[in-house]
Amino acid sequence: MATAALDSKLHRTLRFYEATNGKKTVMALTGAALWGFVIIHLLGNLQVFLGPGKLDQYGEALRATGALLWVARGGLLVCAALHITAALQLMALKAKARPQPYVKKVPTTSSYASRTMYLSGPVILAFIIYHLMHFTFGVPGIHPDFVEGAVHANLVKGLSQPLAAVLYLATMSMLLFHLYHGIWSMFQTIGLSHPRYTPLVKKAAAGIAIALAGGNIAIVVSVLLGIVK
Amino acid sequence: MNLTLHVWRQKDVATPGKMVRYDAPNVNEHMSFLEMLDVVNEGLILRGEEPIAFEHDCREGICGSCGFMINGIAHGGFKNTTVCQLHMRHFADGDEVYIEPWRATAFPVMKDLIVDRSAFDRIIASGGYVSVSTGSAPDGNALPIRKQDSDLAMDAAACIGCGACVASCPNAAAALFTGAKISHLAHLPQGQPERKERSLRMVRQMNAELFGNCTNIGECEATCPKGIPIEVIASMNGDFLAASWQERPPVEIAGAG
Repeated sequence: MATAALDSKLHRTLRFYEATNGKKTVMALTGAALWGFVIIHLLGNLQVFLGPGKLDQYGEALRATGALLWVARGGLLVCAALHITAALQLMALKAKARPQPYVKKVPTTSSYASRTMYLSGPVILAFIIYHLMHFTFGVPGIHPDFVEGAVHANLVKGLSQPLAAVLYLATMSMLLFHLYHGIWSMFQTIGLSHPRYTPLVKKAAAGIAIALAGGNIAIVVSVLLGIVK
Repeated sequence: MNLTLHVWRQKDVATPGKMVRYDAPNVNEHMSFLEMLDVVNEGLILRGEEPIAFEHDCREGICGSCGFMINGIAHGGFKNTTVCQLHMRHFADGDEVYIEPWRATAFPVMKDLIVDRSAFDRIIASGGYVSVSTGSAPDGNALPIRKQDSDLAMDAAACIGCGACVASCPNAAAALFTGAKISHLAHLPQGQPERKERSLRMVRQMNAELFGNCTNIGECEATCPKGIPIEVIASMNGDFLAASWQERPPVEIAGAG
């Protein structure tokens, strides 16, 4: 077995990323940024409850920021790319670290959320691509009647499709699990753990994950029930 | 009681193994799990078959030699218990028991239930040491250590290196083991001079051994026979981050003549 050399020709940033701990830190920090986006995205979308005009105005205001919007989009794209790259590399390592599976293996105390991160992650990625085609690009066939700029009307029409609504609800429940494990886990990854605070962090993570997924679910359900028209 | 065992049999590191079914009749509930295997092995030897190979030494739960998966859980799943301390009273007549070795690329199976854990030794050798002045013995209590820190160091030092953390981790990560060794020394004044290099060296060695990556799942903590918490992993992560951040570029050292 190779012995890890302490001196290496690699640049220190790459040297840091080369280690599993480096990749995990990148996942924690980019995860935090993407989590921030989920919060802002939900706060923006909740304006749907303030009447038909509000969401359209918000959309216009966002587009009016011009270059700033593209900087934010670029930043998110970079974060997502790094998050996914690190996840894929760690998944590959996982496969290499135990090529022969157990005949029998029973999980004990681990949460469903923690064991399904490699499932909830790809589900969320696939959903984001679908979601962008649905409401951002309004791809014909995916959105029934997309009108550029008519954010509120697009949302109501889009979510009135039963299949789309089911997809949104299913993914939001996966997002809930991904956020719960991700939020408390990022503290552990960057070295913050304490018998007094970690249980609180876990509870807060559960509360935040439920609130974020619940907020999005409330929008879908409200459209389905005709509360938002 | 009578049990049915399904045991992983493997001739050597190069030969593929398989699960083999054995009957374990008349098991006494006062036996430890290893004693039950001893009796099964006596039967195998009398029949002229190869006995089931498993590692064991102290049989007091303190040496870290024994350990394998019992029904899919490392050491059988009883809190703070190694397989030598697991008693047959926890099983019932007619039970089917699956016995498998730890599975990880870094832990190749040598024979049946015995795995080669020298990867752990290499992680320790890479940084799990302190520098001391040799010569006359230092005065007792000359180095004040805060009680809470000495307790935390002792808790981490309780790791017996059995490998259950790697075995129960879905990623086959050695984070709990490496974290325990780093955290143990990080809480003591003697561990401070090498603290930064230690975390870098031990994490890199852990990676070089092809252990997987920690995803904060917590199965290791649940099956650790010494009850070591995943807080030690956070401690390792923090040290690694700080050390990576503060690592300085190499400079020419002016020698003293």
